[in-house]
Amino acid sequence: MDFTFSEDQLLFQSSVREFLVGEVTPQRIRASWERDDGRDPDLWQQLTELGLVGLTVPEAFGGLAMNELDFVLLAQECGYVALSEPLVHTALVAVPMLRELGGELAATWLPRIAAGESKVLVGLQQNLVVEDAHVADLLLLQQGDALYALTQDDIELRFNESVDPSRRLYAVTIRPGAEPIARGERAAQLAAAALDRGALGCAAQALGLAQRMVDLAVSYSKDRQQFGKPIGTFQAVKHLMANVAVRLEYARAPVHRAAYSIARGDGVAPRAVSQAKLLACEAANLAAKHSIQVHGAMGYTWEVDLHIFMKKAWALANTWGDAGFHKARVADYIFSEGAQLGAGATFAGASA
Amino acid sequence: MDLAYTEKQQAFRAEIRSWLAANIPASPLQSFDTAEGFAQHRQWEAKLNEGHWGMVTWPQAFGGRGCDLIDWLIFEEEYYRVRAPLRVNQNGIFLLGPTLMEYGTAEQKARILPKMACGEEVWAQGWSEPNAGSDMAAIRARADLKGDSYVINGQKIWSTRAVWADWLFGMFRTDPDSERHRGLTFILVPLDTPGITVRPIPQLDGLPGFAEVFFDDVEVAVENRLGDEGAGWQVAMATAGFERGLMLRSPARFQETARRLVELYKANSGSADRDPGVRDAVIRAYIDAESYCLATYQTACRLGQGGKIGAESSTNKIFWSELDQDMHATAMSILGARAELLPHAPEAVGVGTWLDGWLFSQSGPIYAGTNEIQRNIIAERMLGMPR
Repeated sequence: MDFTFSEDQLLFQSSVREFLVGEVTPQRIRASWERDDGRDPDLWQQLTELGLVGLTVPEAFGGLAMNELDFVLLAQECGYVALSEPLVHTALVAVPMLRELGGELAATWLPRIAAGESKVLVGLQQNLVVEDAHVADLLLLQQGDALYALTQDDIELRFNESVDPSRRLYAVTIRPGAEPIARGERAAQLAAAALDRGALGCAAQALGLAQRMVDLAVSYSKDRQQFGKPIGTFQAVKHLMANVAVRLEYARAPVHRAAYSIARGDGVAPRAVSQAKLLACEAANLAAKHSIQVHGAMGYTWEVDLHIFMKKAWALANTWGDAGFHKARVADYIFSEGAQLGAGATFAGASA
Repeated sequence: MDLAYTEKQQAFRAEIRSWLAANIPASPLQSFDTAEGFAQHRQWEAKLNEGHWGMVTWPQAFGGRGCDLIDWLIFEEEYYRVRAPLRVNQNGIFLLGPTLMEYGTAEQKARILPKMACGEEVWAQGWSEPNAGSDMAAIRARADLKGDSYVINGQKIWSTRAVWADWLFGMFRTDPDSERHRGLTFILVPLDTPGITVRPIPQLDGLPGFAEVFFDDVEVAVENRLGDEGAGWQVAMATAGFERGLMLRSPARFQETARRLVELYKANSGSADRDPGVRDAVIRAYIDAESYCLATYQTACRLGQGGKIGAESSTNKIFWSELDQDMHATAMSILGARAELLPHAPEAVGVGTWLDGWLFSQSGPIYAGTNEIQRNIIAERMLGMPR
């Protein structure tokens, strides 16, 4: 039993954090909002050079061959800066799906991903719209009982504007003539695994987003003076933030457990992911609610940076499976005959 | 990261499981807040100690097994799984024990810990005073050094287990001119010392689970001081804070409550589902109990590798005490009109021990530092908000 990250994993996390906090500033995010495609090619190039884009790509295809557990701490840091680029999507969803598909698709696209030449995105029926479909060189799209591998020539996109200006969302129509790469059970399995990975990515980013909002609100509470003292001295304000800290503290370990289960491919993964996403997104939503309150009217403005993080938290809470979907998965388990509940059951399904 | 138990850990689990199966009392003991129940629980502690199960994390010399925190969590899981008796000496083994390990002299450890481990000496707490509750630094009970003894005068209140306990530990003001956190000293007091009057205070269930303790020129040998004179505050706030919290309320207890809540809901879902919030609350109970377990294992592993615990440990008490309250509130909703009935009432079919748990859960957010004080600590020490 060792529920800790290795020194290497923690060091990698802190160096990525340092890079992201320095480079992905709120100013740079706002600048990307002004671009037509909302994306920042220079930043993608930087992320590629750091090895982050190809982190989960096998070494034979030019990647670092790391797994979901290695990446989960980095996904938290992506959340902390509200990274708009589809890094988490690439490393946690698209690359694993290509790995699973194997064959020519993997051999063609994985090296291009690792080299930063191509973007591959995944669209699932569970999600109403597809994130970043407009910049996908290859789109792995679930439709009906089939899975397709599509280029921009095969699809028509309809833009759907999100409350979060960083998120670029599209409804996708497949032009006639495209042939599926998988059908039936196989397609469903691939999509289910992608959904779990996407949900894990949301959960990990939500942890980072929550922490960022806490940091912003705490910092504001030290500066802002009312009644002749910093508002952070008032217990009513303190307790708002303490409540977030409590929920956040108890959301982390479930996210790490979910990453472990996905990396090991154990049977616990689906419900571990659902618990993790519920807890992390709730913590992030609570952080948003209390942080805007601490900011007062300033928090309700476009100018103050809080909304960059708040809006992403709101969006992530109901994508890659909304709260109802994930709660139902947990409920199906705990109310089933033979569910292992209670003391001693938590790690019962964990594989070594 | 490797979330599988080692073979050694699995063997440990099997050992405690089979010992408990062979030794657990055939029927539940009476409440340890009755004279008879207290005696039964004391006997149970002696039995645990015979099997070297009294406090597995203690060194073997003091009756333990030198186990790490993961073994402790495994022990607790097996213990709560079979609903073994609550620990009558929890003030001693969970709260004073770790402090003694850190601050006690070799002589004190040898004298006190073995008798604590076997239940021969049961301990009560002496922190609060009528005017020093959340504001513990307002303690006024005095201990004046005269020769080789402290002479104690004053009053303590809400002293858990003091009615039948043998010893009390607490803080007293040894420097009469001192204020607040300074000038306090941690002293261990035999409760049969002349000059002590214990007045039982009935709790919500009507039983005297705590007491007022009056000290009138009570002489206590100076060898019963824990740590230096004037260092009482530091001793009380020892770095063992997390371990004490973990030991007092490990996740197993709440996971078992959540499991029983799922069972209660399934057995009553027809009526319970008329309130759609109940099902959600049951799911929530399971998820939160699981996350308390996961977070505790993660912290225990980190500490086992030499990591340090910080102010984040203050989140622990808020989390479990409010979870406990919520779970019992949900159970009361499911039981409906039966919820208010005492277990022996003729119509109280299938009520189990939920009412007792509901009453006790009311104390969680209050004792060991109210949750409001914990929130202040989190805001100031963990988040760095201004005082």
